[in-house]
Amino acid sequence: MIDTAIAAPDKPSIKQKMTIVQSLPATHLKVEGLNVYIHGKHILKDINLNIPEKKITCIIGPSGCGKTTLLRSLNRLHDDASEVKVEGQVYVGDEDIYAKNVEVTHIRKKMGLLAQRPTVLPMSIFDNVAYGPRLYGTRRRRKLYEIVKHQLQAVGLWEEVKDRLKTPAVRLSIGQQQRLCLARGLAVEPEFILGDEATSALDPLSTTKIEEMFLTLKEKYSIVLVTHTLRQAKRISDYIAFMYLGELIEFGPSGEVFSNPKHKLTREYLDGSFS
Amino acid sequence: MKNLEEKIFKALMIFASVTILSVLLYILYVIISKGLPSLNWDMVSKIPSGGFYLGKEGGILNAILGSLILIAGSVLISMVISLPVALYINFVKRKESKFSNTLRFAFDILFGIPSIVYGAFGFMVMIYFGLQASLLGGIIAVSLLVIPIMVRSIDEVAVSVPQDLIEALKSLGATQYETLKVIVRQISPGITTAILLSIGRGIGDAATVLFTAGYSDSIPVSPMQPAATLPLAIFFQLSSPVEEVQNRAYAAALILTIIILILSFSTRYFGRKMSKSKL
Repeated sequence: MIDTAIAAPDKPSIKQKMTIVQSLPATHLKVEGLNVYIHGKHILKDINLNIPEKKITCIIGPSGCGKTTLLRSLNRLHDDASEVKVEGQVYVGDEDIYAKNVEVTHIRKKMGLLAQRPTVLPMSIFDNVAYGPRLYGTRRRRKLYEIVKHQLQAVGLWEEVKDRLKTPAVRLSIGQQQRLCLARGLAVEPEFILGDEATSALDPLSTTKIEEMFLTLKEKYSIVLVTHTLRQAKRISDYIAFMYLGELIEFGPSGEVFSNPKHKLTREYLDGSFS
Repeated sequence: MKNLEEKIFKALMIFASVTILSVLLYILYVIISKGLPSLNWDMVSKIPSGGFYLGKEGGILNAILGSLILIAGSVLISMVISLPVALYINFVKRKESKFSNTLRFAFDILFGIPSIVYGAFGFMVMIYFGLQASLLGGIIAVSLLVIPIMVRSIDEVAVSVPQDLIEALKSLGATQYETLKVIVRQISPGITTAILLSIGRGIGDAATVLFTAGYSDSIPVSPMQPAATLPLAIFFQLSSPVEEVQNRAYAAALILTIIILILSFSTRYFGRKMSKSKL
């Protein structure tokens, strides 16, 4: 019974899609008819999604359903891979980020990406955070120091590292490194934070810290997280997008989705019938 | 049974290590025991006098300086060529693209070509352009010898740069060039190793410079003049029938060994210092 359900997922009807699009508050990012092919294989199938402003949206779904591909489409990380073909539109405000005349660095500046494992740059703690601002032309030492201090405070790392800002960032613990990466991303003043299973490599304590950070940060940023842990999605998300085999099956406020999923597949996934 | 296997392999590993170490020690012993008596201040501070075949007077300052200038020039030229190549095949092209792998294969072949072939090739090119044996010719020939080593050893570390790092940089809005700058920093220990290997291979090679740099008894002043090098100084002196001159060859070998030691240690030291302050 379940097997057949997995093999042939019901497509959401057009009517359902319409309600998905309409039932949302202020939209910050709008995905329209997004199709992604990797090596000619259809990975994302006609995704339509509105990411609400200053909320946490969690993308959930079984492995290989295209969550990460979708997230990476949002800041054009597929650009350099010649085997990936992207069709469709992604609007930030009124701007289509896939339009021909849009510069990719300009788009990426708006999106702070937090990867699965922290990747600190091969330089000091200070330089890691200052890297982005320096790229965009901030040179004055005092100004940089203020930015670094402010962002490290925002991620709760300042007290831990303020006496050793000059030490190489690789010496920090994994949890600290991930918070440093977050601070580094925030320092370029993005509008979005994209997290690709950003806590899966961390211990429970660091995970909690990062989650708390997200809850504070959503006052200023729109946050999109790909996550494998349903409990995490339950704890922090305002909206849930459930994906299955490259399609967006269900999208809605997380309370509704968790307590009363509209779609059969969503229900089965949340029940743990498959993962 | 398992235990015996373990013991046999352990014994084999110890045997291999001891063999290679004793060979090295024996070489050092020969160089030192034969070279040290002939080594004096004149050797390193004077140019030869009385002809280098039979000459027992003077020193080999010409060859020391020649070798140092030659290797400095070659490392510089090959770095300017190798680093962009290694970056290109790893970060502009995809690491596993056909082009990159073809290039790697080509450099592996070049790596295996005997140095005398590079020397002969350099010589041929020089004749074509009507040039005589000169310091510049030697530098170019040694660069050709060293480039494959450099490309492949930088490539070795460049391959292991995590994709995550590149994506982290890109998502901060870094351009290709800005990304490459950080990557160079990331692989700087590998670059240090590449320089070390290149110095080791280039400074000790006699065949490449035999035709291209030539030999001269005077200190090189112009890149267009022939210049002496230590490996050739050893070679010529060793082929002399006079025992005293032969011993001077060992002294020259000792000097060459010491130079390589000093260069390795200082490269390592500066490499570490650089990565400490920047990493």
